Amino acid sequence: MLNVEVNDRTIAAKPGETILEVSRRAGFQIPTLCHLEGLSPTGACRICVVEVENAAGLLPACSYPVQDGMKIKTHSAKAVEARRTIVQLLLSNHPDDCLYCSRSGNCDLQQLARDLNVDRRLYRGARSSYPLDVSGAALVRDPGKCILCGKCVRVCEEIQTVAAIDFLHRGSKAVIGTAFDRGLNTSSCVNCGQCVIACPTGALSERSNVQDVLSALADPTKTVVVQHAPAVSVTLAEEFGAKPGRDLDGEMVAALRLMGFARVFDTSFAADLTIMEEASELAHRVATGGTLPMLTSCSPGWIKFVETFYPEFIPNLSTCKSPQQMMGAVIKSFWAERNGLDPRNIVSVSIMPCTAKKFERSRAEMAHDFVPDVDYVLTTREAAQLIRTAGIDILGLQPESADTPFGERSGAGKIFGASGGVMEAAVRTANFLLTGSELSELDIQPLRGLHGAKELRARIGDLEVSAAVVSGLGNARALLDAVKAGQKQLHFIEVMTCPGGCINGGGQPFHTDPMALKARMRALYSIDRSESLRTSHANLSVKRLYDEFLGRPLGERSHHLLHTHYQQRDVLI
Amino acid sequence: MTMSEEVRLEPILAEFPDAARDALIPILQRVQEAEGYLSEVAIARIGRHLNLPASKVFGVATFYNQFRFLPKGKYHVMICRGTACHVKGSVKLLDVLTRTLKVRPGQTSRDGLFSLEVVACMGACGLAPAMSVNGEVYAKMTPKRIEKVVAECRAKEQA
Repeated sequence: MLNVEVNDRTIAAKPGETILEVSRRAGFQIPTLCHLEGLSPTGACRICVVEVENAAGLLPACSYPVQDGMKIKTHSAKAVEARRTIVQLLLSNHPDDCLYCSRSGNCDLQQLARDLNVDRRLYRGARSSYPLDVSGAALVRDPGKCILCGKCVRVCEEIQTVAAIDFLHRGSKAVIGTAFDRGLNTSSCVNCGQCVIACPTGALSERSNVQDVLSALADPTKTVVVQHAPAVSVTLAEEFGAKPGRDLDGEMVAALRLMGFARVFDTSFAADLTIMEEASELAHRVATGGTLPMLTSCSPGWIKFVETFYPEFIPNLSTCKSPQQMMGAVIKSFWAERNGLDPRNIVSVSIMPCTAKKFERSRAEMAHDFVPDVDYVLTTREAAQLIRTAGIDILGLQPESADTPFGERSGAGKIFGASGGVMEAAVRTANFLLTGSELSELDIQPLRGLHGAKELRARIGDLEVSAAVVSGLGNARALLDAVKAGQKQLHFIEVMTCPGGCINGGGQPFHTDPMALKARMRALYSIDRSESLRTSHANLSVKRLYDEFLGRPLGERSHHLLHTHYQQRDVLI
Repeated sequence: MTMSEEVRLEPILAEFPDAARDALIPILQRVQEAEGYLSEVAIARIGRHLNLPASKVFGVATFYNQFRFLPKGKYHVMICRGTACHVKGSVKLLDVLTRTLKVRPGQTSRDGLFSLEVVACMGACGLAPAMSVNGEVYAKMTPKRIEKVVAECRAKEQA
């Protein structure tokens, strides 16, 4: 144990701990820009410099390990002035258009400028100008707002192992870009949006559809319907200043109705539908000697990852569409027919914790007769923006229930929002389909929690099932490599693109910390526990949809509406 | 074209068996030596050889001035921007070249005739401002003389 003095307080520290870690533990907030929890420090931005007695200069707190007897001043006049200069230098090559920036009010650079009393542009000089990259279906890059902290590069490479972007060129010409500096659309980007979450400024953002949805709502010739994903109701409250983990399901439904959506459906209903199809598909593959392990297909970033990096695993991907796309398909077929509506006059909106869903909806397979099944995808952040635009005080609304026929959902459908949730829902239903009886204990603890990789061995009827759950594409890559090498014999693998699952999706509120993530996850499982309906196969609305329209799981209509196919991607990897 | 380039790259990559990322720059240099530039095909192929993403290979290659990403033109023009040439007005010459050749530094004209490269110093300070075309050095350049040299190259092509 070492003893370190931080701002005159003695703190015990472990060898190898950084000044930043020790100071934070002591309650002193040192600002950071390029620091990423859990990844090795780069010390690129120097905003975290602190004064240490007898040190030659200021030291970067994020990367400097503490030493015994070190005397640290985190906010000495010298350190604060250095930080202020750093911010002023960053701002000397940054646009002044905060008013029009999607990150205004949520920007680390803006916050730092305010905290450090930067009240004017001090340094003037040549400014770099770069074109926007609007080529991607989901993400927009604005290198002009980039401060070159490199967080996006590290998240993309080290956590997701996609490495679609990197530092290009050198010195004053340095910029972050894709291979050959072409648009994101021809890169290996999987649209997960983890870079957007990591970005401290407005250099990365989702392609916004807020205006499109407002226009649709104002168009009397359109019937505008909306669905919301399981992980949205437990994070939306954070956008309105409430504590992480507060469930706003009913209030959100009420708000969406107030805004003029004709129907508010719950994507968790479609999650139940997905489980019926997916569990049947797994049983079918096992019974007929089909391709195993079967890989889940709910997470569109993961789908593009397989298509790009592991095309040999395409036959392993479940052919089930994601819940968003299943819902989209039944809205524009069954529901349109029931209500005598032309699918072309329905505008189907979905609210997702995800940026990749924007790409997914634009896939050619996700349309019938050139009418897309889902017209607009809003992230949780955009949904909050829409609610603010409409001037609705969502926290003060009376909760309402989602609309029939796609409003009823099970707890199993709700936990789709957390890593392990899809598998847990599938095991509950598979057990019923294969044995005819319910699990005695519906909570499957080994599948829960924020670990990046989990495994389950369970006996379902006569079958010994081995399953794995991974989140974060780096973990998925490691698992696929192990399967390829013959080190893992598995039946079923659940993959979610974002670490921890959709509760940590690229479309979720900014500044998510590990505590917020835990609170969101707890919220999902407590909703499930308090639900009387906890298994997908017991969802009567799903049953009715099969009886009245779809027929049976894997039947002809299901095949046509609820299943899809994949293709190898010809992009630069 | 694409196929044949992949085939041409194989013997070069074979010189670097079991190479790791520290072999990246030597490989880039060898490929540019052989091909005259680094094509997209080459960069993707080198990435596969070293198990590095194309974005990283491109990022490293663009860090260094020595790598180019378009084939050289039939006439490769280098303009010196070293200190002596700068004092003698090479900024103006670069501007004239860019406009007459209709290319920016690092680019190649669409007809494949001209490519333009800016170099830090040619070591011909006594001849400042200096320029070279396919290695042949031209001394004490002026905008007028540049236009004349370019016109001569064009005339040679028409003949």
